[in-house]
Amino acid sequence: MRFFAILKIAARALRRNKMRTLLTMLGIIIGVGAVIAMVAIGNGAKARIEAQIASLGQNVIMIMSGNVSRGGFRMAFGSPGTLKVEDYDAIRREVEGVAGISPELRTSAQIIAGNQNHFPAIRGVGEDYVQIRSWDFASGQNFSDADVRNANKVALIGQTASDILFGEGSDPVGQVIRIKGAPFTVVGLLKRKGMSMSGTDEDDAVFLPYTSAMKRLTGDTSFRSFNVQAESPSLVPEVQSQITDLLRQRHRIGPGREDDFIVRTQQEITDASTETAKTMTLLLGSIAGGSLLVGGIGIMNIMLVSVTERTREIGVRMAVGARSWDILWQFLIEAVALSLVGGLIGIGLGVGSAKIVSTKLGWTTVVSPESILIAFFFSAIIGIFFGFYPARKASQLDPIDALRYE
Amino acid sequence: MKPVIQLEKINKIYAGAVSVHAVRDVSLQIEKGEFVAVMGSSGSGKSTLMNLLGCLDRATNGRYLLDGEDISELGRNDLADIRNEKVGFVFQGFNLLSRTSALENVELPMLYTRKKSQASQRERALLALERVGLSDRTDHHPNQLSGGQQQRVAIARALANDPSLILADEPTGNLDTQTSVEIMGLFQALNEQGITLIMVTHELDIARFTKRNIVMRDGRVTSDQPVTNRLVATEEFQRLREEQRAVQLAP
Repeated sequence: MRFFAILKIAARALRRNKMRTLLTMLGIIIGVGAVIAMVAIGNGAKARIEAQIASLGQNVIMIMSGNVSRGGFRMAFGSPGTLKVEDYDAIRREVEGVAGISPELRTSAQIIAGNQNHFPAIRGVGEDYVQIRSWDFASGQNFSDADVRNANKVALIGQTASDILFGEGSDPVGQVIRIKGAPFTVVGLLKRKGMSMSGTDEDDAVFLPYTSAMKRLTGDTSFRSFNVQAESPSLVPEVQSQITDLLRQRHRIGPGREDDFIVRTQQEITDASTETAKTMTLLLGSIAGGSLLVGGIGIMNIMLVSVTERTREIGVRMAVGARSWDILWQFLIEAVALSLVGGLIGIGLGVGSAKIVSTKLGWTTVVSPESILIAFFFSAIIGIFFGFYPARKASQLDPIDALRYE
Repeated sequence: MKPVIQLEKINKIYAGAVSVHAVRDVSLQIEKGEFVAVMGSSGSGKSTLMNLLGCLDRATNGRYLLDGEDISELGRNDLADIRNEKVGFVFQGFNLLSRTSALENVELPMLYTRKKSQASQRERALLALERVGLSDRTDHHPNQLSGGQQQRVAIARALANDPSLILADEPTGNLDTQTSVEIMGLFQALNEQGITLIMVTHELDIARFTKRNIVMRDGRVTSDQPVTNRLVATEEFQRLREEQRAVQLAP
């Protein structure tokens, strides 16, 4: 029998019982929709984490003090430290392949400029900081290594902090801000960067040479962490091992003893963070996949009912010369049509709900073409898999019994 | 010329806890252009014989030649093809596909056909409906047609693939007398055009419209005779009309 004719028969059978068709498809619609939406949300979380980590800069290696490392590096991160200023200088001096190095001291204080005052984040950084983070200047320029060495009272300012202190659109370069009474000259205005990983405004910050910040604000003598940028991606592992060796040597850690610091490449941090997102995606996806399975069983159920209801029709078709194969195809195509149309609507629903989630809740969602393709083929396979048994049952009916069926 | 049907010592035994010998040693020959009624009480084996003739079932043993072709040993799919090309079925309960137009019902056998035809499917279906006098009802669904009209659609469907024979199983069983006569008239007209017809019936009156009566009992053919005082449907129809008029005129 011609394929088109079978398709027509299937379409007619499905149209005949619109409500039933719709309800049967609903299982697949919800299943496919859920899979696509869940995977989109999971992938969105992953993409967001990746983007945020990438915004730290390229080829970055993070060195964190690690005296409480037993609980895992997250607990260690930010704990006060084993990383001395001398370690920092030694890395700068001795490790090869380093393009830049900078700590990031975090503190906060009231800042006064003219008659305005504000409470932005204050970061103590090295002169390489803006380069590592590939942060450009809107106006002015970076402070120099001499400024760092001498703990000069100079500052870089983010857009948000500048807008608040000096008014929107005005150039703060050359102006003076007062931090805890000490006057700092603004030498550079940074371009807008946006939200950070933790969701704070990166531009609501003032950047001082770390030496000045330590001396005048925090009083620290050690770092919690600092970042090193390798000259190229291929140099990252080499630089990482050099730093590890150097720090072990400097901290006099014998062979077989644990490090009291942590060296992580950006890749490792990305991997660790995205691993969680991946697990989440998998979990959400498989729960949604469960509903797809239920949808498939729904199709099988309704196809079995349909075969029973249409036993006489099957008998008539056989009497006028339909081969078993023709009957098998007819019901199989019907099941596949159910699941495919359901799948297509489900794809629409999934993409739509991913859009709604991202606009209404502000979550990043990424609908991957792969997930759409997989959902499409998966629903076709569900149709074939769950449609085969009823279709085979129909095709194996005895024509005489089928004709007599009441 | 080869006979349309040639049965040689056909037996059908249904195996089971109690095996039933439904058809015993039936040998039969039906020539082209015959119009045969198979009669018998229920359980006489006439339905089983029809199923065998219609290739819906296979004999336990014996030889069945249809159009000179031995089909005793054919498999399920080959039998389906034989049914499609050589046999047209007419059932007691019409067995039309519901919510499907008359035209599409007639086209049904053509969907499964493997032989190519010059005329388009639609043209042939329209022609078949014209032959049963339903050219004006092609788009009607079965539930919009009377019983007689439905049976005509079924007959058109049986004619669709130009079969060697038409098998009718109690074709008038669900119809009133007048409609029954109409259907027999149609059968007689088709028979005039050279179509071979075999019909199962338990009504003697209906059997008298055919040319040859076969009576079965306990799986055997007990009588096989030509019909002597054959009824002509057109005359019979006229007589019925007059009877009705007489009833209406009676005080």
